[in-house]
Amino acid sequence: MQAQPSPQSLDGMDRRTFLRQSITGSGLLLGFHLDPVGAAQTISKPVSMLTVGEFRPNVFISISEQGVVTLISKQPEIGQGIKTSLPMVIAEELGVDWKDVHVVQGDLDPAYGGQSAGGSTSTPNNYNNFLRLGATARTMLVQAAALTWGVSVDECAAVHSAVIHVPTQRVLTYGNLVLKAATLTVPAAEDVKLKDPKDYRLLGTRVTGVDNLAVVTGKPLFGIDVRLPGMLFAVFEKCPAFGGKVLTANLEAIKALPGVHDAFVLTGTTNLNGLMPGVAIVAESTWAAFSARSQLKVSWDEGSVAKESWADFAGKAQALSRQPGSVQLRKDGDPDAAFSAAVRTVEAAYSYPFISHASMEPQNCTAWFRDGSIEIWAPTQNPAAGQNLVASTLGVAKEKITIHITRSGGGFGRRLSADYIVEAAAIAQKIGAPVKLTWSREDDMRHDHYRAGGFHFLRGALDSKGKLTAWHNHFVTFANRVVRDGQSVLQPGSGASLSGDEFPGRWAVNCLLEQTPMECGIPMGPWRAPGSNVFAWVFHSFIDELAHAADRDPLEFRLELLGTKDIQPGTGERGVSYNVARMRRVLTEVAHKADWGRNKFERGQGQGIAFHFSHRGYIAEVAEVTISKAGELKVDRVIVVSDIGSQIINLSGAENQVQGSVIDGLSTMMFAELDIQRGRIVQGNFTDYTLLQLADAPRRIDVHFLKTDQPVTGLGEPALPPLAPAVCNAIFAAIGKRVRQLPLSRVDLSWS
Amino acid sequence: MSRYSLNVNGIARQVEVAPDTPLLWVLRDNLNLPGTKYGCGVGSCGACMVHLDDLPTRACTIPVSTVGSKKVVTIEGLDPQGAHPLQTAWQELDVPQCGYCQGGQIMTAAALLKDKPNPTDAEIDVAMSGNLCRCATYLRIRQGIHRAAEIAKKAGA
Repeated sequence: MQAQPSPQSLDGMDRRTFLRQSITGSGLLLGFHLDPVGAAQTISKPVSMLTVGEFRPNVFISISEQGVVTLISKQPEIGQGIKTSLPMVIAEELGVDWKDVHVVQGDLDPAYGGQSAGGSTSTPNNYNNFLRLGATARTMLVQAAALTWGVSVDECAAVHSAVIHVPTQRVLTYGNLVLKAATLTVPAAEDVKLKDPKDYRLLGTRVTGVDNLAVVTGKPLFGIDVRLPGMLFAVFEKCPAFGGKVLTANLEAIKALPGVHDAFVLTGTTNLNGLMPGVAIVAESTWAAFSARSQLKVSWDEGSVAKESWADFAGKAQALSRQPGSVQLRKDGDPDAAFSAAVRTVEAAYSYPFISHASMEPQNCTAWFRDGSIEIWAPTQNPAAGQNLVASTLGVAKEKITIHITRSGGGFGRRLSADYIVEAAAIAQKIGAPVKLTWSREDDMRHDHYRAGGFHFLRGALDSKGKLTAWHNHFVTFANRVVRDGQSVLQPGSGASLSGDEFPGRWAVNCLLEQTPMECGIPMGPWRAPGSNVFAWVFHSFIDELAHAADRDPLEFRLELLGTKDIQPGTGERGVSYNVARMRRVLTEVAHKADWGRNKFERGQGQGIAFHFSHRGYIAEVAEVTISKAGELKVDRVIVVSDIGSQIINLSGAENQVQGSVIDGLSTMMFAELDIQRGRIVQGNFTDYTLLQLADAPRRIDVHFLKTDQPVTGLGEPALPPLAPAVCNAIFAAIGKRVRQLPLSRVDLSWS
Repeated sequence: MSRYSLNVNGIARQVEVAPDTPLLWVLRDNLNLPGTKYGCGVGSCGACMVHLDDLPTRACTIPVSTVGSKKVVTIEGLDPQGAHPLQTAWQELDVPQCGYCQGGQIMTAAALLKDKPNPTDAEIDVAMSGNLCRCATYLRIRQGIHRAAEIAKKAGA
C-alpha cells in the first residue's frame, strides 16, 4: 500500500476531496444509497460537472475526458474476487470495454451502503443495484450523444465505450460525451432499460483479477504491506489462556531493549471478541518488536478458563448425550412411537474439533491517532465492525474514525471480527505516530475466533421398506457466557447452533432435534460456511449410514427423502424456504455427470455423494477416492454441480472459488484440529496445524453451473460443505469404514 | 546493530540492523520490498521464498548476517514488468485468489523451471510441497507451471 497520509485513497484517487466538493455543490450528486436487499434507490439531481471534467453519475462510476472509466469496488477483497466481479456488473450495463476500466478500492463510507464481505452476500446484495448503476450512466451517455447530434435516443446504441448513431454510423466515444453527460439530469428508474442478459458481452466470460499484475510482481497490496512516514511497529501479547489479565510485566526491561520505543499494558475489556488484556511493545521495526517480545515476562491472572480442556469437554458431551437436550429445536410427529415401531434403528455419534482460520496473512492493522481522530488501514471483511468496535471501546465518535480497506491475504470469516483493529487503535492512541500492529503466526492461531468443535448423537428409524421414519439428533455444542439486556446468557458460537430447519428437519415426519450448549471461555467466530461446514458432513454421513442400513442406493435414498414437493417453506425464526426442485436437479445432474451407479470400482475405490443448501446456493458433489491397503487416501476426482442462479458473473473467478472450496474442505477434514489444554490452544504454527499441500489436491475437480431463472447469488462458501460428506461416503463405499470423527488423519483407513 | 552490504535484485544495498534479523524483515521493513511475505516465521509455509544465488530459500529463517555476498532475488526482481513466463502464466490463467502466497509460489516455481524446464506433475508435487496456499489454488498453480514451461519453450524456440 502506498502510504500517504489522508485525505487519499489507496489507489490514488482522491475520492474524499470529491465527496467534499460534491457536498459543497461544485461536484455532482451524492445521495445514492444502495438498499441492502436490492430494492428501490433514490438518485438525487446532478449538479454541473463542467468544472471537474469528469462524468460521475453516482459514487461508483466516473469517466474522464480521456475515456478512462474508474469504478469503485466498495466490498472488501479477501480472495473471493469481488473487486473484479462487481465492477464487471457495472461495466456490462455501462457498455464499456473492460480494458478501459480502472478499479479503485473504496474506503468505508456510508455513501456506498453496506460493505461487509460475509455470508456470500456481496453478490446477492449488490447485483441488481450494480446493473442499474451501469445502465443509468449508459442511458445518460446515450442521451448526451443524441442531444449532440440532434437525433432520437432510439436511433443510438452504446457499445465499446462509445455511442453510435445507427442510421449514419456516427460515433462519439464516452470520453467525448463526458462534459455533456455531466449536465444531464439522472433519469428516473423507469426510464432506464436494462440489457437483455442474452446480449451480455462481459458477464459470464473469464476475466482475470484486477490486481493480478500487482500480485505477481510483489507490489504492496495487503494490510501487512502498509507503510507510513514515521511509522512504528507493534506487537501485542495476550494471555495464552483466553481473557487472562496482566498482573505484572517487566516493562522497564523491555523499554531498555534496542529499537524499543515503548511498552505498556492495555487493560482491555471482558468481550472475548473485542480488546483483550495484554502487553503492547512498540518498536522501530517489526523484528525489533518481535525480538523484544521474546524477552517479555508477564505474570497473568488466567481466570477460570484455565481449567478448560478438550478432553474434559469431550467427556462431558458423552455424559450430556444421555440426558434430554437443554433446548428442543424441533419436534414433529411422535418420534418415540416411530422408533418403537422401527424395523431397524441406526445410532451413531459424530464429532469434530475446534479449528482455526489460518489465513496466510496473519492479522495486522495500522492506525494513526491525530487530533482526536483516528485513521485505520485494515485487512478486513467487515470495516463497519471495526469502526463500531473502536468507537465503543475507545470512546471515539464513529465520524472520527476513517477506515481504509486493504486487500486481505485470505478471510474465511476471520476478518469479520475486529479484535486486531481495536488492538491497533488502542496502541496508536498511546503513541503519537502511525503504528502497524503485526500478529505472529502463533498469535493468529492461538487467538483466533474459532470454528467450534461439536458432538452429534444421532438416531434414525427405518421401516420395512427401508424408508426413513424418524430422525433424532442431540447436538452438544459450545457457548460463551455473555450479558445481553442485563441478563447473563449462554450464547452458542457462530455456526455452533443448529437450526430446527436444517435438513432433514422439515422432511422427517417424526423428528426430534435437541441442543445442549457447554459453557466455555474460548472465543468463537464465523468460519467459511458457518454451521454448514460441519452439519453437512454429519447429516449426509448419517443419511448415508441409513441408506446402507436399508440396503438402498445412497442417491435413490436421498431423492426419496427430498420428496416430490418443489418448495419446502421455512419454519421457526431462522427458517428460510428451501427450493427442493433446485436441489433435486443438482443432485440428479451430479449423479449423471459422475456416471453414478454405472461404474464398477475395485475394493479400495469408490464414489460418494452429498448435497447441501447454504448461502442461497444449491450444490451437490460426488467424490471419487482410492485408498491404499496401508490406509492412504487419494481423492481422484470431485464433481460439483451448483445452482447459484441465472448468471455467473466471472467464470474464471467462479471456478476458482469452487475448486478452492473443494480443496479447503478436503484440507480441513483431513488435517485441521486444535487441542485445548488449560484454557489455551496447543497448536501454534503450520508445523503442528497442517494445511493440505499441492501434491494432495485432487487431480480433477469438475465444476458445473446450472443456469436457472433464480436470483444471482454468491459463491465464497456454498461449495465447501458437501465435500467432506461426499469424501467420507466414498471412503465407506471403497472400504466399508464409516468416518465419524474428524480430522481424517486420526482415523485408520487401512484395510485388507 | 551492525552494518551489512547486500546484493538485492542486482543492486547493492546497505542496511544497519541487528545481526539476527531475518532477511525477510530486512527486505520488508528496511528495503521497502514487501513482495516477500511473512506467513509463519519458521520456514514452513513458503510465503517468504526468495532466491539466494539462484537457490530457493526461505527468507524468514535466514539471519541477515549469513547472507554475505550472495545474490538475493525477490519477487520484485524476478521481472519487474511481470514478464517472466510464470508471471505471464499466472495472469493468463488467473491463478491467484487472495494472492498473498503467490509471490512465494512463483519464486519456488522459478527455481524449479530453471532446474527442470519441462517438469512432470510428480516433479511439481515435490518442488512445491513447501508452499502453502490457504485459498487452495493448487490446480491452477500446477497448470500455471506447465503453461510457463510452454511459454518459455516458445520464447526460446
